[in-house]
Amino acid sequence: MFFQEATPDTSGYMIAGYVITFLVMALYVGSIYLRSRNLKQDMTTLNELEEPVPPIQATPASPPTRSMAASQNNKSAKTVTKKSRRK
Amino acid sequence: MGSKPTALKILDILSIILLAISTYLALVFAPTERVMGDVQRVFYFHIGTAWTALLGFILAAVFSVIYLVTKDLKWDRLQVASIEVSLVFFLITIVLGSIWARPAWNTWWTWDPRLTTAAVTELIYVAYFMLRQGIDDPDKRARFGAVYALVGGLSAPITFFAIRLFRTIHPVVIGGTNPEADGGFSMTADMRVAFFFALFAFTVIFIDLFWNRIRLGDLQEKVEQLKLRMSM
Repeated sequence: MFFQEATPDTSGYMIAGYVITFLVMALYVGSIYLRSRNLKQDMTTLNELEEPVPPIQATPASPPTRSMAASQNNKSAKTVTKKSRRK
Repeated sequence: MGSKPTALKILDILSIILLAISTYLALVFAPTERVMGDVQRVFYFHIGTAWTALLGFILAAVFSVIYLVTKDLKWDRLQVASIEVSLVFFLITIVLGSIWARPAWNTWWTWDPRLTTAAVTELIYVAYFMLRQGIDDPDKRARFGAVYALVGGLSAPITFFAIRLFRTIHPVVIGGTNPEADGGFSMTADMRVAFFFALFAFTVIFIDLFWNRIRLGDLQEKVEQLKLRMSM
C-alpha cells in the first residue's frame, strides 16, 4: 500500500470507525440514563413502602339526627302522659 | 437525588458542541493523509479516547489509595465511575486502532506489544466489574476493588510506554523515532489543530460522563441503603 503513487480510498474504514465511535458513546449515555431512571423509580417505590401506615381508628358514633331526637322525645312524652293518666 | 445541577447541564451541552466541532475538524478541516488516505482521520478520536481512558485508569488508582486510607465509600464510587467511563473510551480506542490497522498493516489484529498491553488493560478492568459483582458486602467490595484498581492501574503506564520501550510496529506520532514502526506520519499544522482540539474535547466529554456516572453511583448507594433499612 505504501508503494502506491495515488492515495488509496480508505473512506469505508473511516466511516466504520466514526459510526462505531458514536454508537458506543450513544449506548453508554443511554445506559446511564436508563439506569438512573430505574433507580429513581426504585427509590420512589421504596419511599412509598417505608411511609408509616396510619393506624385504623374506630369510627365515632354518628350524632343523632333531629328527626330521631324528636321521635325519642315524643316517645318519652307519651310514656309520661301514660304514667300520669294511671296516677 | 435532586435534579441536575446547572453546571452539569452546561457541561452536557458543551460536550455535545465540542464533539461536533471535533468531528468537523477531523473529517473536513484536517487534510487527507497522502499515504493512508481517509482512514488516518480516525487517529484524532483514537488518541483522544486513549488519552482520557489511560488518565481515568490512573485516576482510579489514586482514588483507590485515598479509599484505603480514609475508608470513605465516596472514594469507591469515584473509582468505579472513573473506571467505567475509561473502559468505554478504551474500547473505542482499541476498535479504532483495529480499523486503522486493517489498511495500514493488512490485518485487523496482531500481537504487537502495544496492542497486547492495551487488550490486557481492557480485560483487567472488565474483570474488575466481574469481581465487584461477586461481592455483596459493600465494605469488602470496596476494599477488594481498591486493591485491584491500584494494581490494575500499573497497566496504564505500561500500555502508554509499550511503544517507547519495546520493539513494535505501532507508530509513535508524538516525539517518536521508531524505525520499526509502520504507518507513522508527520502532522501538518491543520492536523495539529484537529489533534489538540480532539484531546481537549475528549477531556471535557470524559469529565461530563464522569460527573454523570458519579451521580448515578450516589443514587445507587441511596437505594441500597434504603433497601437495607427496610430489610432490618
